[in-house]
Amino acid sequence: MIFFATPGSDPAARIAGRNAAQETVQAIRKDFGFDKPLPVQYAIMMKKLFVTRDLTSFVNRGLEVVPQVMRAAPITLSLVFGAAVLWVFGSIAVGVLAAMYRDTVIDKGLMILALIGVSMPVFWLGELMNLVSQSRFHDTWLFSWVPGLGYKPFFDGPWMWFKTLVIPWFTLAALYIGIYGRVLRANLVEAYQEDYVRTARAKGLSPGRVMLRHALRMSMIPFVTMFGLDFGVLVGGAALLTEVVFGLNGVGRLTYQAMLNLDLPMILATVMYASFFVVVTNAIVDIIYVVIDPRVRGH
Amino acid sequence: MTDAALTVNPAEPKPRVGQSPMRRAWLILSRDKAAIGAFVVLMVIVLACLAAPLYAKYVAKSDPFRSNLSGSIEIDGKAEKIMQASTTGLGLGVTPIGPTWHGQYMLGADNQGRDVAARLLYGGRNSLLISSAATLICLVLAATIGISAGFFGGWVDMVLSRILEVLWAFPVYLLAISLSIVLLSQTIVLGPIEISSGSLALPIVIIGIIFVPYIARPVRGRVLSLRESEFVLAARGLGIPRWRILIKDILPNVTTTLIVYIPIMMALNIVTESALSFLSIGVQPPEASWGTIIQDGQGLLYTRPMVALAPGIAIVLTVLALNVLGDSVRDALDPRTKMR
Repeated sequence: MIFFATPGSDPAARIAGRNAAQETVQAIRKDFGFDKPLPVQYAIMMKKLFVTRDLTSFVNRGLEVVPQVMRAAPITLSLVFGAAVLWVFGSIAVGVLAAMYRDTVIDKGLMILALIGVSMPVFWLGELMNLVSQSRFHDTWLFSWVPGLGYKPFFDGPWMWFKTLVIPWFTLAALYIGIYGRVLRANLVEAYQEDYVRTARAKGLSPGRVMLRHALRMSMIPFVTMFGLDFGVLVGGAALLTEVVFGLNGVGRLTYQAMLNLDLPMILATVMYASFFVVVTNAIVDIIYVVIDPRVRGH
Repeated sequence: MTDAALTVNPAEPKPRVGQSPMRRAWLILSRDKAAIGAFVVLMVIVLACLAAPLYAKYVAKSDPFRSNLSGSIEIDGKAEKIMQASTTGLGLGVTPIGPTWHGQYMLGADNQGRDVAARLLYGGRNSLLISSAATLICLVLAATIGISAGFFGGWVDMVLSRILEVLWAFPVYLLAISLSIVLLSQTIVLGPIEISSGSLALPIVIIGIIFVPYIARPVRGRVLSLRESEFVLAARGLGIPRWRILIKDILPNVTTTLIVYIPIMMALNIVTESALSFLSIGVQPPEASWGTIIQDGQGLLYTRPMVALAPGIAIVLTVLALNVLGDSVRDALDPRTKMR
């Protein structure tokens, strides 16, 4: 777990930045100090990023990198947090319902829906949502509340913030509801064959209680592991496609732009930011393990 | 236990002694309605895409790679311009013709006046080609790395596992994007092979590489457990050389693991390819793929939604069929993980 948790301290994440720069920028811009050895360059850049915080972009000269990331971060965080809430509750509902009504129409229908959710490219679903909510049905009662594309800060009005994000949340969550719902159902079905579930049923507990307190609790462990990985990566910029489709200038877009321009300081800043969140989510996941799995506490 | 649990389900083919796992899996698959349905859908899509040149020549009657801004076609005896004067907004500019539901321009035209239906089929060829080739590369690389790491152990395992972890540490999309941007910006010369920046080989290689850790790790795990299994220990005890154990005992057992991944990887690769192409760092114009057509359609989303919708539907259908097939193949080959 430690290895996944710290891609930032892992040289590879840094090498990507350096390589990307070496290709073209070095040749063009000697004045940025690219004639110095790479480790020296790297140390200077890290110092600028963390200590003096005045690292500037190579492409847009004079543009400071840290405020850029700070401006993009709340957008991505709002997007991913909302979607995460949706997908956790959505997939638990899908998984539990499908497992409880196993091999019935409900189960099959839910699993087909989940599979469709997994099969849709997120950017296409986003465009579809835009088409429906911004254009075709925008004038009907159903979608007339939908504001134009783009982000509205939370502190300028939480209601507006909420309205701009509802559709991106659903779009981003659809894929994960599908994946997690399927995995959860499989784990629940497996858990139902375990001894402890049989014991719980034998001692006369209600089916709902067996499901929620016994089977679901155990099945949540792999669920939480997956969640930690996906959440960290999404906050770190993997929500790029959703951001692009909905015109949200989040971290994903910032990283993407920086990569397109081979803007090394910006790449470095966004990668550092991303690894920070991967580490944080992994720490949170470890704490959640302790809460849901009593066996972990003993060690 | 009820009686029902003890009676053998007649629909389930009885595994006979001496039946190979492959043969048993094949039997199970050939009775799986979902798998057959998915396979038929896939075949229809593949055949349709293969027939793209025929469609372009005899049905669409236009070259889907050349812009056609001034042409017009005849529908029900009336001549219709392909690029029509805009009726919305200020009435300025032109809008490509919408779906005609006739042979020519069945799904309308894109902003270059090209036939979307014909481009869809040509795009499908590229999407399918890229996803299959990338799957092949990915599986071969993953099998080589996973088997070497698992079988030889020691420092080989150390080095390979670290490399996999480094790859794994990147978010998949960002890795693909950074690779694409670096590789697309120049012509790559590898000895006698020269890959130009617009070549289809680039998305194939990029997509082939990024998912290697996801498969190499389970393969390595499988080999590790196989290496300690009784039949391998017995073979070693008999003094059979290691390479022979590798080929005769390890490889066939890993193959099933790999086969399970084929449909799933193809599905994943189609989506990845379309995402990269959508960001215009995958398939490069004038070549088309489902992703690039969606991107073409983005600007026309509110006026001619079919340009973006049609390739998306094609992707969803293909990926859905592959996922259904993937589930069935896994259930057939690996009865322990029934429906995951």
